[in-house]
Amino acid sequence: MEQSVTQPTTAIGVETIDVEAVGKRETGKLYQKRVKIHPKRVYGTFRSLKWWVMAVTLGIYYIAPWLRWDRGPNAPDQAVLIDFPARRFYFFFIEIWPQEVYYITGLLIMAAMGLFLVTTVMGRAWCGYTCPQTVWTDLFLVVERFVEGDRNARIKLDRAPLSVTKFSKRTAKFAIWLVIAMGTGGAWVFYFADAPTLAKQLIDFDAPTAAYITIGILTATTFVLGGFAREQVCTYMCPWPRIQGAMVDEDSLIVTYRAYRGEPRGPHKAGESWEGRGHCIDCNQCVAACPAGIDIRDGLQMECISCALCIDACDTVMEKVDLPRGLINYDTLRNLASRGKADADKTKILRPRIIVYAAVWLMVGLFMAYVLASRSDLDINVLHDRNPVFVMLSDGSIRNGYTFKILNKAYIDRSFTLTTEGVPNAELSVVGAADLTRGSAPIFTVEPDQLRSFRVFVAAPGADLAGETAPIRFVLRELEKDTMATYESIFRGPKR
Amino acid sequence: MPERSDLPPSDVETTGHEWDGIKEYNNPLPRWWLWTFYVTIIWSIGYWIVMPAWPLLSSYTEGLFGYTNRKSVMAEISQAQAAQGKYFERIHTASLEEIRADRDLLEFALAGGRSAFSVNCSQCHGSGAAGFKGYPNLNDDHWLWGGTLKDIQATITHGIRSELDEKTRQSEMPRFLADGILKAAQVNDVAEYVLSLTNRATDKSAADRGQKIFAEQCVVCHGAGGKGNTELGAPRLNDPIWLYGGDKETIVATVSNSRRGVMPAWGGILTPEIIKKLTVYVHSLGGGK
Repeated sequence: MEQSVTQPTTAIGVETIDVEAVGKRETGKLYQKRVKIHPKRVYGTFRSLKWWVMAVTLGIYYIAPWLRWDRGPNAPDQAVLIDFPARRFYFFFIEIWPQEVYYITGLLIMAAMGLFLVTTVMGRAWCGYTCPQTVWTDLFLVVERFVEGDRNARIKLDRAPLSVTKFSKRTAKFAIWLVIAMGTGGAWVFYFADAPTLAKQLIDFDAPTAAYITIGILTATTFVLGGFAREQVCTYMCPWPRIQGAMVDEDSLIVTYRAYRGEPRGPHKAGESWEGRGHCIDCNQCVAACPAGIDIRDGLQMECISCALCIDACDTVMEKVDLPRGLINYDTLRNLASRGKADADKTKILRPRIIVYAAVWLMVGLFMAYVLASRSDLDINVLHDRNPVFVMLSDGSIRNGYTFKILNKAYIDRSFTLTTEGVPNAELSVVGAADLTRGSAPIFTVEPDQLRSFRVFVAAPGADLAGETAPIRFVLRELEKDTMATYESIFRGPKR
Repeated sequence: MPERSDLPPSDVETTGHEWDGIKEYNNPLPRWWLWTFYVTIIWSIGYWIVMPAWPLLSSYTEGLFGYTNRKSVMAEISQAQAAQGKYFERIHTASLEEIRADRDLLEFALAGGRSAFSVNCSQCHGSGAAGFKGYPNLNDDHWLWGGTLKDIQATITHGIRSELDEKTRQSEMPRFLADGILKAAQVNDVAEYVLSLTNRATDKSAADRGQKIFAEQCVVCHGAGGKGNTELGAPRLNDPIWLYGGDKETIVATVSNSRRGVMPAWGGILTPEIIKKLTVYVHSLGGGK
């Protein structure tokens, strides 16, 4: 079970590492203490790709709250802002009001469908490249490697008794981790308030308590999850490894060991023939590189986060022994099964489930884009009174009451007039509008970025009503502009 | 991939329970779980010390923080009151017309008036103020005692036929039949005349006879043609709105036995500010003059 230090043996500059995968099924017990994993540094295509992904994702996370976006006066100029006190969400040119939270439903559906799609096409690519747990663990490993050295040095240091060197190295590592962790928590709170203002408040110890508590919690979780829990988060805490079993099929690209090419494996000395044996020289570089502590040669496993670092590790070895790369590579189970057989069963990338996921994703996305693009900066909401449903007036006419809400999503004062259609000789009166007089067209004024509620009464001579209910249409027009909003409601009268 | 059956037989002992050949391992708990459990125990001990926790015979352990739900509610209420303070001040000084003209103040008064109405008035007038038989509908424009802001404020403050308020709205319609002022046939004639005011008379000659009686007995309060008098709380009789019912039987009963509805004087119960809010709210229901 113990991971042990390298014992260089075989060929052409390839060290064979005496290591057994921490997560090996045959030797693992259902209940055992965690064995610490010391992933070895690798170089290669996927490692480079992961550096880029890390730079981009962390860059977005840390920089986004500092971007500015001019919305004119009366509005915050932060590009991405979740403003809880004012109940607004700003994302560049998009502003979401509380009643439009259904956009989040759409985004969640898209996120789920996108995740399904990616998983179906190429396994746990999300886990391996972009999941925050992976990215931050990677970042913490960079620090660990920088302070304590690579795998062998770290294992030695772990085993060494406490000394001044060990103590100072550990302190330095924890200190840098802590700074990163605080930066993580610190960046988070900037999404919820004006970043420059909050930054100044934080430095002056003048920020809201909630900000400090949030930073504290996120600092602690980042420090613990990135520094210590690491692969345990993926294996034990995250539900996705269990779900992926239903997502991945034999046509999904997964990180696999090509056993048909690698077996039978065994040590290989320089100059020996490759006849009658597989290409795997059993150097265990793939195992040493694995941050999840598994042996990819055991096949697809729940612990595997598809980070592809074993591919890089193996490719490096293959180049040294002068064999083609790709002994470990992205491949499908169907391909693996059919290789070496006469009736090759070709993998199909375009499968019905992929088309369905993509179609749902696209449909939801297009629908949301349409709704977003076609929404107006003026909205009205009319609620017919239920108690009483209608009122008879002394001249025999019937009056209905409505709660009339106007949402002015623009950043300027706006005035409107209201008319109705559908009920003959209807007479409007309004409580709370600027013009409270009866009869004349009432004028509604709504402040910038505000919702205003008015009581609107519509009275009509009882004799003019055809039935118990009549459709009524409210038309709100902006003064001296073309903007208008309409709402269909009903007008109720007594039974006839 | 190894199957579950590949797993080595565990050396952990079983609990000794067995169901259909299925045995239960007596594995220790996962450590993170166990530590979380210990932390919750330590937390609970701390909680007992600082928060109210244990019931005693006649009281309970109050805890070092001295927290009570009541205290926190009181703090919230006083916070809300402080936030509303400037509006209260303005409601106090502003006239009813000024409240109605100022949009912020109006919204504040309407919100407060609505909740005060639900608590104090809805029992009789209904939650939508649509009234019931004998309890007027406050949404319409038919007012017994006047529908201006001033009238409504006076009615709420002093009540109607209240025994506890000297300035209460006071008037009494005679019990025409019960007290022997009119005979049953005359009451019938008056009722026919009242029906004729809304073009519903069934007996033209009775209505004509009733008109004479009406001119002698009723016109002083109900006015010529039954146009009503809000000074005396005498309802209009020539509109389709009836407090007790507008069918002939009910009208006969009303004329015979009179109706003397009452309403409490709220002046001694509610603060003037709340009465102001109620006034503006009732006025805003749609019938305010």
